[in-house]
Amino acid sequence: MTEKRVEGTITKVAGPLVVAGGMAQVNMFDVVKVGDLGLIGEVIEIHSDHAYIQVYEETGGIGPGEKVVSTGAPLSVELGPGLMSTIYDGIQRPLKKISEISGNFISRGIEVSGIDKEKKWAFEPSVEKGAKVFPGTIVGMVQENETIEHYIMVPPNAPEGELTSIKKGKFTVEETIAVIKAADGKEFEIKLMQKWPVRRGRPFKKKNPPTRQLVTGQRVIDAFFPIAKGGTACVPGPFGSGKTVIQHQLAKWADAQLIVYVGCGERGNEMTDVLNELPELVDPSTGRSLMEKTILIANTSNMPVAAREASIFTGITIAEYFRDMGYDVALMADSTSRWAEALREMSGRLEEMPGEEGYPAYLGTRIAGFYERSGDVTCLSQDDRHGTLSVIGAVSPPGGDLSDPVVQATLRVVKVFWGLESALAYRRHFPAISWINSYSLYYDNIQEEVEAKVDPRWSEMRMVALRLLQEESELIEIVRLVGVESLSQGDRLTLEISRLIREDFLHQNAFSDIDTYTSFEKMFKMLDTILFMWEESTTGIKNGMKVDELSEIQSIERIARMKYIPENKLEDIDKIKDSISKEIKELLTAVEE
Amino acid sequence: MAREYKTSKEISGPLLLVEKVEGIKYEELVEIELGNGDIRRGQVLEVDRDRALIQIFEGSSGLNLPQAKIRFQGKSIEISLSSDMLGRVFDGQGRPIDDGGEIVPEEKRDINGTPINPYSRTYPSEFIQTGFSCIDGLNTLVRGQKLPIFSGSGLPHAQMAAQIARQAKVVGKGEDFAVVFAAMGITYEEAEYFISDFKRTGAIERAVLFINLADDPAIERIAIPRMALTTAEYLAFEKDLHVLVIMTDLTNYCEALREISAARKEVPGRRGYPGYLYTDLAGIYERAGRIKGKSGSITQIPILTMPEDDKTHPVPDLTGYITEGQIILSRALLKKGIYPPVDVQASLSRLKDKGIGEGRTREDHADLFNQLFAMYAQGLEARELAVILGEGALSEKDKIYLSFSDDFERYYISQGDDENRTIQYTLDLGWKLLKKFSKSDLKRIKDDLINKYYDSEAVEKLETHLKKFTQAL
Repeated sequence: MTEKRVEGTITKVAGPLVVAGGMAQVNMFDVVKVGDLGLIGEVIEIHSDHAYIQVYEETGGIGPGEKVVSTGAPLSVELGPGLMSTIYDGIQRPLKKISEISGNFISRGIEVSGIDKEKKWAFEPSVEKGAKVFPGTIVGMVQENETIEHYIMVPPNAPEGELTSIKKGKFTVEETIAVIKAADGKEFEIKLMQKWPVRRGRPFKKKNPPTRQLVTGQRVIDAFFPIAKGGTACVPGPFGSGKTVIQHQLAKWADAQLIVYVGCGERGNEMTDVLNELPELVDPSTGRSLMEKTILIANTSNMPVAAREASIFTGITIAEYFRDMGYDVALMADSTSRWAEALREMSGRLEEMPGEEGYPAYLGTRIAGFYERSGDVTCLSQDDRHGTLSVIGAVSPPGGDLSDPVVQATLRVVKVFWGLESALAYRRHFPAISWINSYSLYYDNIQEEVEAKVDPRWSEMRMVALRLLQEESELIEIVRLVGVESLSQGDRLTLEISRLIREDFLHQNAFSDIDTYTSFEKMFKMLDTILFMWEESTTGIKNGMKVDELSEIQSIERIARMKYIPENKLEDIDKIKDSISKEIKELLTAVEE
Repeated sequence: MAREYKTSKEISGPLLLVEKVEGIKYEELVEIELGNGDIRRGQVLEVDRDRALIQIFEGSSGLNLPQAKIRFQGKSIEISLSSDMLGRVFDGQGRPIDDGGEIVPEEKRDINGTPINPYSRTYPSEFIQTGFSCIDGLNTLVRGQKLPIFSGSGLPHAQMAAQIARQAKVVGKGEDFAVVFAAMGITYEEAEYFISDFKRTGAIERAVLFINLADDPAIERIAIPRMALTTAEYLAFEKDLHVLVIMTDLTNYCEALREISAARKEVPGRRGYPGYLYTDLAGIYERAGRIKGKSGSITQIPILTMPEDDKTHPVPDLTGYITEGQIILSRALLKKGIYPPVDVQASLSRLKDKGIGEGRTREDHADLFNQLFAMYAQGLEARELAVILGEGALSEKDKIYLSFSDDFERYYISQGDDENRTIQYTLDLGWKLLKKFSKSDLKRIKDDLINKYYDSEAVEKLETHLKKFTQAL
């Protein structure tokens, strides 16, 4: 790589935008050090010899005449062992390291590398000297922690060729562990660490349609609006509707092997909450601490706005790197609206022609570009391993108004829509995902897998439940006009059963140790029990039973407590069916008498 | 190292363009000397080669281009800090405006501060007793939280804020709060109300007041919350105090921001507010919190008035996205004579869950909260029904709910403006009101808690107290 260091002089400072002259030789999107403090910035426009730079730190005290030095490389992340369990800022600086240098407050011009360059890692080769390798070939592994096997790959920009050496042992991330000799005789050194520019997606062989479900342990999502591994979803909602709690729940319980959580322009205390909670929680699939499979990117709302713009790209590049190893990775971005606002702010400073709501006209393209980096891919190399990257973005539209340009641009690209409603949050129904407006376009993809895994009846049960809820919403309109008395017994039963589905199935308490995560088996049993209740009572009503009597029976109470039955006592749910049959039979006997 | 220039080129609103300047830094502080010797202050908004755009704090009236002398100060806006600031009143530039004389600074700090490293934060979890049942019992405030009051014109937010400032304390430890009060664009009368209330109750001894009145320069309004928070950070993290920051009125602050943004000819966002309003507000609100290894804390109660009581207006909307919940005041409740008129259903404290329960408030708090909330919601539904169909059409059960919700508003939410309730009282009062229902109706409360509290002596005693209260009405 030929690095050319261009040096220029600041001519203008306006907030996070700095203009520097004498920069004709600089490349677009190169990282530059700005001013005497050496603030980190990125070139976003060039006009003859003037470079327009967005600076990732506050620019107070910077003025014309100070120097700007280009680093000759675009904004990149360091990828290698040492990423796991770390909390970074928007441009991959570890916050822990920053606190060691500058104390409790983040000061400016701090330079820290993304991964530890001193630490030695035990490298275990998996190919031998003389092997033919390609970009993406896995040459060995570092056990990063108890959960994550960190595979060392030939970087995508390396040539294919023959391994002339490969060493087992302990290395820092910058030491050479293997050497490739390409066909043209050139040698390429492989290290534990590679670098990749954040604004370019990492290459793969091909994309595949997602066919496996990303199980989240959240009933309303898993049952009604599932997301596939490699899929995309968005969660728009007004404040207080529980976006962040949903994102946290997914970060905790989604069955991805690796989680990247991007806190983009949100609250500092929320990141602290994640930092405190994750190490305490146990991953249901590995039995290890959840922190071991998590990487956090925190660029809170009060941290510099340009770095917020970069944070989701930093996050997704790290996620892609692990996807390339063949992992199922999930990325949560909370919130993409804040990212879009950062984009808008920079656009305003550049004096670009604004589009809708002052957002730049390229908003839609950028959003699409971000979500399109998700997917189920066949990775580079010859072993045809699959990796998936699922992306779930929260959107915070002003006043919860879904006509917001960020929401609309997002809905054009994502396949799953979990619409949060303030009316539900108002009634303290959480997760406040609307069962009427939300949708998932993945169910057909994953149907086969789910039916094989859970029960062949599942798809039908799901349809029935959704239909009941739909009917309920129509009936409620009628009740509002003419009162519940005017409904037929059958319709009143629909209302009653829908209530059970809403309150005892869809409502899920994120703060209860048991209810916070529901396995597929438990979920199936819960819905099965409620639908059994529906079938039995439909028969009952045909034979003269009244809906009012139904609400008095014990089984209703037991259905309500179903969600608090622990995973190891699921047979208790089966017993409820017996009690339903028995009680309805008693009611019918009473009718006959 | 003041450099003086007489090269002013343009004035437009509060903005002044100076040419042929050298070595100017962004956000640098500027002194402007008028022809008559008056000194004004300003700040560099933009530097472009040898041209500096300056925002003048006291406004540009009386300024003339050839006579103005511009002196660049080589530093950004700073505030002098000292623990002697307690008990004092300052203006929008951090100058004392009471009779106490100058402050001898222990330290000077840039008012913009730097962001708290999320890694260094401690999660807020210590209960603060405000003495208001509707806050302590239902929307619990904890140390290090930012919990705004969304009010409207004519609603008693000032009264509430003053009462919270007086009463706030942490249970058991008896540690008082220091109060930092920032007034932005409020009227002289309102400011006077706060100052005299603080003086009357002695709260002024542990308070620092920053006052910017409605007729003071709008630009000072931008600096005032930052001065208040820099002071709060100093008191909390250097002097180990628990600081409660009350800011009123954030809507005025945002309007000042809009005014300046318009003067700078920036591309407007929603309703003319600048596109960076969210980031700007976050720079204020996110300065609340607790830090690992420090015993002090900053709790914020910002107050804002919602234009037309509209929660989706950009100011309350963006605030709601940053703060950890909100207390919403309701005009309908006020009209019923309920003080504080807190709309319990729309209000929320996001950090409540970690601040309540055994060891913090009481073991029954969470369940009791859920139960009261559920019953009140039922009661409101019944009330709605009664409006449409008449009270006669309600079932017996709905009638109980209805009377519960009336009592709940009258006895639980409503209280006197000098009534400082303990959390025990608030909780017992909740139990007392639930006595309308039989034990088996209380489905959200665990059985052992019902057995312990439903018939407890404290609740019984409360009954007689309430009876007196009812008779008095």
